[in-house]
Amino acid sequence: MKFMRWLLGFIFLAGLIVYIFSFLEASAPTKLMLYLLICFLLSMFRIFRGPTAADRSVATDILGILVVGFCAILAVYTKKDWYIDIAIAWALQSFIGTLALAKFLEGRNFDE
Amino acid sequence: MSEALPLFFIILGITFDLFGCIGLLRLPDVYNRLQASTKCVTLGTCSILFGVCIKFGLSAAGIKSILCIVFLLLTSPVAAHALARGAHLHGIKLWEKSVCNKYEEDRNALS
Repeated sequence: MKFMRWLLGFIFLAGLIVYIFSFLEASAPTKLMLYLLICFLLSMFRIFRGPTAADRSVATDILGILVVGFCAILAVYTKKDWYIDIAIAWALQSFIGTLALAKFLEGRNFDE
Repeated sequence: MSEALPLFFIILGITFDLFGCIGLLRLPDVYNRLQASTKCVTLGTCSILFGVCIKFGLSAAGIKSILCIVFLLLTSPVAAHALARGAHLHGIKLWEKSVCNKYEEDRNALS
């Protein structure tokens, strides 16, 4: 049963990657962004189905880091500089949010 | 040359992001997941930002992306360490096949 679940997930993920790489009619930047969207999908799955609160905190942290990379790719292919500013601000907010979640996991209040 | 080198770094970064997220999905424990997914910050997103910096050259956007790399390298290990410490103090058990638990021994020795 567990092996069947593993095999189903592997076939789904490998099929998605091969389909985007070879069969989809799209330009190269769109394909790169679709690969990053697969990363978003995987970490969202961990947020939905994490057994403990710490798993959800880790996945939220990684989601913020992925948004920074997504903004950087958008800045290259739309040729607009201000996406880099959004990336810097998002990294700062993600850091502060992760520290707050870590202190909350320790069992203390937010303002200590 | 000036087209191929940023694309190489961006593709390298996206590959490492994908590996880190597969590790986040597959590994059995909070600490293992944290250890796998922090790799996708350092070599994944920083590689993407480095490719963007090469692409823009020595302009305002390039220097801002270098600033973003420095900021990520400073803050991301701090956040990961705080998360691991918080999870351990919260009382989450390690995986049952884990070998050693040095932090627990240190806390028992100090108190």
